[in-house]
Amino acid sequence: MALAREVALPGGTRIFEEGEKADRFWIIRSGTVALDVHMPGRGRVVVETIGAGSLLGWSWLCPPRQWHLAAETRDPVRAWEFDAAAVHDLCAEDTALGLSLVTVVAETIGDRLRATRTRLLDLYGPPGSQGSGPVP
Amino acid sequence: MTLTPLSYRVVDRRDETHDTVTLVLEPAANAVKPFAPGQFAMLYAFGVGEIPVSVSRIADGHRLTHTVRAVGAVSRALCGLRTGGWVGVRGPFGTAWDSAAAHGNDLLVIAGGIGLAPLRPLVDAVLAEPHAFGRLNVLAGSRTPADLLYQDEFPAWEKPFAAVTVDRPANGWTGRVGVVTTLLREARFTPSDTVAFVCGPEVMMRATARALIHQGVRPDLIRVSLERNMRCATGHCGHCQLGPLLLCRDGPVVGYDQAEPLLAVREL
Repeated sequence: MALAREVALPGGTRIFEEGEKADRFWIIRSGTVALDVHMPGRGRVVVETIGAGSLLGWSWLCPPRQWHLAAETRDPVRAWEFDAAAVHDLCAEDTALGLSLVTVVAETIGDRLRATRTRLLDLYGPPGSQGSGPVP
Repeated sequence: MTLTPLSYRVVDRRDETHDTVTLVLEPAANAVKPFAPGQFAMLYAFGVGEIPVSVSRIADGHRLTHTVRAVGAVSRALCGLRTGGWVGVRGPFGTAWDSAAAHGNDLLVIAGGIGLAPLRPLVDAVLAEPHAFGRLNVLAGSRTPADLLYQDEFPAWEKPFAAVTVDRPANGWTGRVGVVTTLLREARFTPSDTVAFVCGPEVMMRATARALIHQGVRPDLIRVSLERNMRCATGHCGHCQLGPLLLCRDGPVVGYDQAEPLLAVREL
C-alpha cells in the first residue's frame, strides 16, 4: 500500500480513455465507475459498472498496456491509485508478491470474462429468442 | 378440485413492460385454496391452452395476482385479456419459498428477468414481519431498463437494500450494468447466516448459486425455482421430471444442494 495514493474523483470524471497508455490502476473504495466503449453512431455505450472493492484497470499488466475500454465515474469515487511501473518493479523484486498480485488480477479478469459470456447468452430475453423451441 | 379449472374474471390489468402484464383475478363462484409465495397456478386461456404461472402477489381474500410474459400462444392470449375477461384456474401447486427457514437469518432475494414475479410475494411476506429476519437484500437483473418489473415498488425495498443491474443499458440509464452477481458486493449479509432465494433463467441461477457458495453461503440454504414442461401439475404425467423430482409436485422451489447435481446432467 506504500505505492498507493488516495484519490477522490467527482462524479462524471473521465478517468481514462480507450487506447491511452495504461500506466495506473485503482482499487475502488466507494462509488461507482462505468466502463464504456465508443461506438460510431451510438456514442459511448456502457458495458459494465464496477463498485466498491473492485479493481479498476488491468490493461497495465500485459502488452500493449493500453486501455481497451474507457472509464468514467458515475458518482463521487474514492479509490487507491497505484502507479503501474512501480508495482511492476516491486513484483520483479519480490516474485512471491508478484505471483499473488497476478493471481488476484487474473481472478478479476476471469470474473469479468465469465460475466461477459453469461451476458452473451441473453439470459433474460424471451425463451423463443434463444432458439429453445416451442414456448407456452 | 385441482384437475378442474375454476372460472376467474380479470378485475384488474396492468402493463408492466412491453411484453409483460399483471392480471388480478377474482373467482366467479368457488375459489382455489390460498397460495404461498413461490407456488404456481395453471392458468387456462379458453380455447388456447394452459400454462403454469407463479403467483406474483398474495392479497387478502380470494383474489389472485399473476404476472405473465408473452412468449408463446397461451401466454400471449393471457396477456391479451382485458378487464372482464375470463380465465380458468387450477391450483395452488408446488413447493413454496420457505421463509420460515430464514427466520433470524439475512436474506438474499435474487431475481433475473421475470423471476422477480414469483419472488415478490416473498419480499412482501418478509417486509410484513421485518423483526423475524435479519437484513433483507433484493437484487434484480434485467435485460434492459425497460424490462425491469415493479419499478414503482423498488423505493420501498431500498430501505432494507435493493439494487438493479441491466445487461443492455439504454440511453440515459445511470444505474448499474452487468450480471446480477456483481450486486453481491454491495449486499449486506453474513454468508454463514444467510438464506438465498434465487429465481430466473437456469444459467443465471447456476452462476448465482456458485457465486454464493464461493462467498460462503451453504448450498442447502440456497433455494432455486426450476422450470420444466409442466402439464398436469399433479405429479402424474411426468413431463416435468428432473431426475427423481417431478417439479410440479416436488418443485418448483428446491434446495440447490438437491438441484445442483441434477442440473449438471445433460439431457435429464
